[in-house]
Amino acid sequence: MIEVLAPLPVLLPLLGAAGALLVARHPTFQRSLSIVVLVAVLGVSVALLFLADAQGAGAVSVGGWPVPLGVVLVVDRLSALMLVVASTVALGVLVFAVGQGAADGSEETPLSIFHPTFLVLVAGVSNAFLAGDLFNLYVGFEILLMASYVLLTLGGTAARIRGGITYIVVSLTSSLLFLAGIGLVYAATGTVNMAQLAVRLAELPEGMQVVLQSMLLVAFGIKAAVFPLSAWLPDSYPTAPAPVTAVFAGLLTKVGVYALIRTQTLLFPGGALDDVLMWAALATMLVGILGAVAQSDLRRMLSFTLVSHIGYMVFGIALGTAAGLAGAVFYVTHHIAIQTTLFLVAGLVERQGGTTAVDRLGGLARRSPLLAVLFFVPAMNLAGIPPLSGFIGKLGLLEAGVAEGSAMAYALVAGGVVTSLLTLLAVGRVWTRAFWRSPNQAPAEDTAAAAAADATQRRRPADDDLAAPDDDRPRTALQDAWRRHTAVATATEAEVPPAAGAVRALRPLPPTMVGATAALAALTVALTGLAGPLYGLADRAATDLVDRTPYVSSVFGEAP
Amino acid sequence: MTPTIVLPVMIGGLYAAGVYLLLDRSLTRVLLGFLLLGNATNLLLLSSGGPAGLAPILGYSDADEINDPLPQALILTAIVITFGISAFVLAIIHRSWRLARNEAVGTDEEDRRVAARRATDADELDPDDLAPEDRAAMHADSLRADLEEIADDVDVPAGRGAP
Repeated sequence: MIEVLAPLPVLLPLLGAAGALLVARHPTFQRSLSIVVLVAVLGVSVALLFLADAQGAGAVSVGGWPVPLGVVLVVDRLSALMLVVASTVALGVLVFAVGQGAADGSEETPLSIFHPTFLVLVAGVSNAFLAGDLFNLYVGFEILLMASYVLLTLGGTAARIRGGITYIVVSLTSSLLFLAGIGLVYAATGTVNMAQLAVRLAELPEGMQVVLQSMLLVAFGIKAAVFPLSAWLPDSYPTAPAPVTAVFAGLLTKVGVYALIRTQTLLFPGGALDDVLMWAALATMLVGILGAVAQSDLRRMLSFTLVSHIGYMVFGIALGTAAGLAGAVFYVTHHIAIQTTLFLVAGLVERQGGTTAVDRLGGLARRSPLLAVLFFVPAMNLAGIPPLSGFIGKLGLLEAGVAEGSAMAYALVAGGVVTSLLTLLAVGRVWTRAFWRSPNQAPAEDTAAAAAADATQRRRPADDDLAAPDDDRPRTALQDAWRRHTAVATATEAEVPPAAGAVRALRPLPPTMVGATAALAALTVALTGLAGPLYGLADRAATDLVDRTPYVSSVFGEAP
Repeated sequence: MTPTIVLPVMIGGLYAAGVYLLLDRSLTRVLLGFLLLGNATNLLLLSSGGPAGLAPILGYSDADEINDPLPQALILTAIVITFGISAFVLAIIHRSWRLARNEAVGTDEEDRRVAARRATDADELDPDDLAPEDRAAMHADSLRADLEEIADDVDVPAGRGAP
């Protein structure tokens, strides 16, 4: 049964993308087609998860080539679980995007391109999760990256092009490193099949193993945004449209984490670089969260917490024990759902408040209580407040760290607790400012910083005002901005000239968008309720990973 | 079938030139650097197939003397991917030129703003909590500093921009 179902999560979205491209002139048909395809992918993934959990791992050789030669797709508990979570959030985001497109028209996001590209992205993610050889993993990465380049620069505005260029160049570098790593692995072992590599890599001299392992770790570390290689993420993600940022934040970095898990458990189980990974995990957590605390824009703050919480997963991977890996797998599941939800909420906040700059928002809790709940619950979950799933995942990781017992593990446990507290601080600041303070507190709209930002904006080289030196608009605008600055800063009752760009877009929230966000938020709460069975599944997946034989024997049949 | 020195030297040279170009701010050079790096990686894959041999076609040459065909298949895939991405990057460069008459890698303005902000910016403090003399002093400071900066950038004579 697994043999029949395994190729479908890749095949269905690709065919769906072709179909969606063909019917690009009929938006309604295209939308329903994409949604139907993703529902089917979700169904197949759930079936695969049940089969893989009941019968153990299964493999299918595509095209019927004998095993080490052809392309192999492998479904084990880890990849099936990843598929289920990925297709769930992809479906949620797609519904959100459909709602946004229906509300906005196709001016801001050219929808005829969006749907096929989104489906190709899902196909690439599925392919990466299912790949049974390194080169197929590379192809999966390239498919999803190619789609992500298009999605990130959708509409081609200046900000998106600027952010997109950084993203593209960094991704290209990581892909080339990965490809060079594959070349070296093949030169050393004569195969790219992961199950065969698991046997052959162990026979290599130790120094060569470390070289190959570090090349793969650097390549995947860039994709997963592990600290020294993470600076590209907060720069490029916040510029994209809300649904795109949400699906990127949820899925793309986690594909990198998945590849890290496979590298560390299946290919190089010796744990030679575990210490390096531990340091990287600690630095990722702390540097990421300190960056998040400094931000005053909701999306940028979320991007930094995304980087920071990757550190928890790397921590679990670096421990290398079954308990650590189980914690990492559970945390990946939790984090995909939670981060996607929060970015969707940021999209709703932008619609409701007209901006994501926290300094300018205020009173959202009164104006839209539902939105406030939708932000509050996932935000507390992200910070790890008991009894939510973020708490359970962090607790599992901390327990695994204490059980390991080395000094470095204890340092990471401490770092994890500090990161959790600082996350609470970062989301708490957003909550008190954007949601809780009353809207008639003038600073909400007119802070000194906001006025200064207005003045800054007028000085942008793109602004045509500066092209005409005789025009006195910039000067008056500047004077206005400074008058506001002083008036606000000294809190006098002086008359404050209204800010030119501060007209709030009070668009009502479309029910489809709110519904999709609410469904994902409910999913994050459900993860708490289902934490028992889910953690059991993560435990079994981690045992398989440490064991390695289920994966290898599923590819080679009975005699590995 | 002897090992060759030409391939490693070429691979090393291409990598060096590629990295040098990739670090440039001009996007066209970044693209050229990416192409060189891609070619270097393809040569690396080619050399991973072992020493040179005859074309791997059944019935054309002996099975003992043929080259390893798998790296060549991998290279073909990699070339196609590189080609597609190059086309996309070219389109981005064109778009960047149309938008800004500039094809350099941009800076992250928001990042600069956050970095330049004082540790306790005005919006962090509730002005009502401060004694009146503190308020005036603090904001006079920040105002003057910001005004000087603005005068630098906008070419407003200092003093005339003051409210």
